[in-house]
Amino acid sequence: MTGADLYIVLLAMIGGAIRVSTPFMFVALGECLTEKSGRINLGHEGNLVLGAMVAYAVSFMTGSPWLGVLAAGGAGLVLGAMHGWICALPRVNDIAVGIAFMSFGTGLAFFFGKSFIQPSAPGLEAIGLGDWTGNSAIAQALQVNPLFLVGIALAVFLSWALANTRWGLILRMTGDSAASARAMGVNIDLVRLLATAVGGLLAGIGGAFLSLYYPGSWNEGLSSGQGLMAVALVIFARWDPIRCVWAALLFGAAGALGPSLQSIGISQGYYFFNAAPYILTLFIMIASARSKSAASDAPGELSIVK
Amino acid sequence: MTSSTLTRRSLLRTGAGCVAAAALPFNMARAQTPIVLGAVYVGPRDDFGWNQAHALAMDVLKQVPGVTVIEEENVPETDAVAQSMESMINLDGANLILATSFGYYNPFVIETARKYPEVQFRHAAPLWNKDTDPANAGSYFCYLNQAHYVNGVAAGLSSTTGRIGFVAAKPIPSVLSNINSVLLGARSVNPAAVVQVIFTGEWSMPVREAEAANALVNAGCDVITCHVDGPKVVIETAEARGVKSCGHNASQAPLAPTGFITGAEYKWETIYKIYADALATGAEVPNFIAGGYHNDMLRNSDYGAGATPEAIAAADAAIAGLKEGKPIYVGPLKDNAGNVVIEGTMDNYDPVLDGMSYLLEGVEGSLT
Repeated sequence: MTGADLYIVLLAMIGGAIRVSTPFMFVALGECLTEKSGRINLGHEGNLVLGAMVAYAVSFMTGSPWLGVLAAGGAGLVLGAMHGWICALPRVNDIAVGIAFMSFGTGLAFFFGKSFIQPSAPGLEAIGLGDWTGNSAIAQALQVNPLFLVGIALAVFLSWALANTRWGLILRMTGDSAASARAMGVNIDLVRLLATAVGGLLAGIGGAFLSLYYPGSWNEGLSSGQGLMAVALVIFARWDPIRCVWAALLFGAAGALGPSLQSIGISQGYYFFNAAPYILTLFIMIASARSKSAASDAPGELSIVK
Repeated sequence: MTSSTLTRRSLLRTGAGCVAAAALPFNMARAQTPIVLGAVYVGPRDDFGWNQAHALAMDVLKQVPGVTVIEEENVPETDAVAQSMESMINLDGANLILATSFGYYNPFVIETARKYPEVQFRHAAPLWNKDTDPANAGSYFCYLNQAHYVNGVAAGLSSTTGRIGFVAAKPIPSVLSNINSVLLGARSVNPAAVVQVIFTGEWSMPVREAEAANALVNAGCDVITCHVDGPKVVIETAEARGVKSCGHNASQAPLAPTGFITGAEYKWETIYKIYADALATGAEVPNFIAGGYHNDMLRNSDYGAGATPEAIAAADAAIAGLKEGKPIYVGPLKDNAGNVVIEGTMDNYDPVLDGMSYLLEGVEGSLT
């Protein structure tokens, strides 16, 4: 591999990290918030797909992609609130409900999305952060969608708010010890309902990115499991919003590795390189989960931890 | 599982069928049967790809008087397809089942065909074996590589860099034949043309397909084509990057108003009409149909704004040649490792080509 080839691959990975990471980031942040309240919502794949469909449909019908993003958030909010409400009923398992919502969300999206596969809806515009270089490859890699920046800002805000605000404290307490929260007079079902609903909203917006920006069209195979992977990223990021962003960027960059290596002529072993994101996650999870501190980062009320 | 167990319904049906067959003259029974075609698709019927091509053909058949069409989409290549086919037979009275996805055939089509000998089954891949498989099953297939050859001719004359990018799903013979045919088509008009291929490893993986299309444009390709289940993302990505594109399976012309050249399309309705006519007249439904340009079973999409006038003229000439049986694979041809893989001239329907396992010299990429 020559220096020029290395440059192409590195540029592709940076570009890939920027292009592909946003849905992972939004779903992971939403799931992080939900899990901080002591509940797991495995149904974010459903939110992601339904968000993608609703965003595309609304953008097509109104001509405004940002209205589509709002509508996708609304659809995610409704799904998340339903999950939160059902899980507050006695003897309901949040993981089982999450799996049901995964099927429910994707099923709804496929049912109502039939008539939107063919038409082309207006998509979100990108900001050309690399345009000043005059180099088309760099300009292409540094095409940044506003939602990507919103995601990063949101992660910083969540990280600050969880540590420094009264709301953040209540949320963390509900997640770590429901008994203490009850003793403090906190309505834990309400806190979890709100956290799950806002988490669902973020996952829905992640879906809007898929259908309105990259790859930028609606079809039934659009997500191919990204919502599920993002839920796993939260464990990998150990319930820290900032680390969720890094995990999403890493996953996006690793996903660009397979195609870009083939494009510079390293075409042997593409199945292996295409699997890079999963192999990478596996290794980092083994490495990080072995430490004792990993277990202590998990919210104490999570059903997988208890 | 359920395809091998004997349900009460199937037992009653078989019994009643035997009594009816014994009581009635066979041809009379046949003439009174309405023609019900049941089509099973592996994906959505409007995927801008393989399933849409079949569904469009079924739409044509819906206009034919006396023909009823039953469709089911998103049927996985599992026991689910056996159940879909059985419910089409038992509940809707289907007398011809069209199983359109590769993985449906063995064991699901074979076992269901054995269970319902009075129903005809046809599967869209050249897998039927007349010695071992049921006589009421069969295969139909079109050599789409002929239309990809035409794509190559048009792309070779519409490209300025002479580099054509190909986003491919998996290295199976029909995909490899399409890649090689694009190369041979492009080289027939531009001997220096090169095809660069990126395999995604999956039939449908939209994000990776977009990444692959972007990587090919970055590598200098100015025409992008593909063989994946739904070409929508690849064609839209090419259009967004300002390069030209050639389609696959169905027409993607509306997706790329400035860069679309032409596309390789199936014309399944020719085959489905043959089946419907055979059922209507009580004739034998042919067990095996292999289609191409010579028997009107392929077409190329209408030329888009990306096609230059020379490209259109050369592509039309190539189509005329293929209709007369002009061969695509004319030896000696080497693979991209330097081994001679085709010695002489191959007929376009030569069964040897069905086992293609190489990329020709001029294709950048590898199979593993």
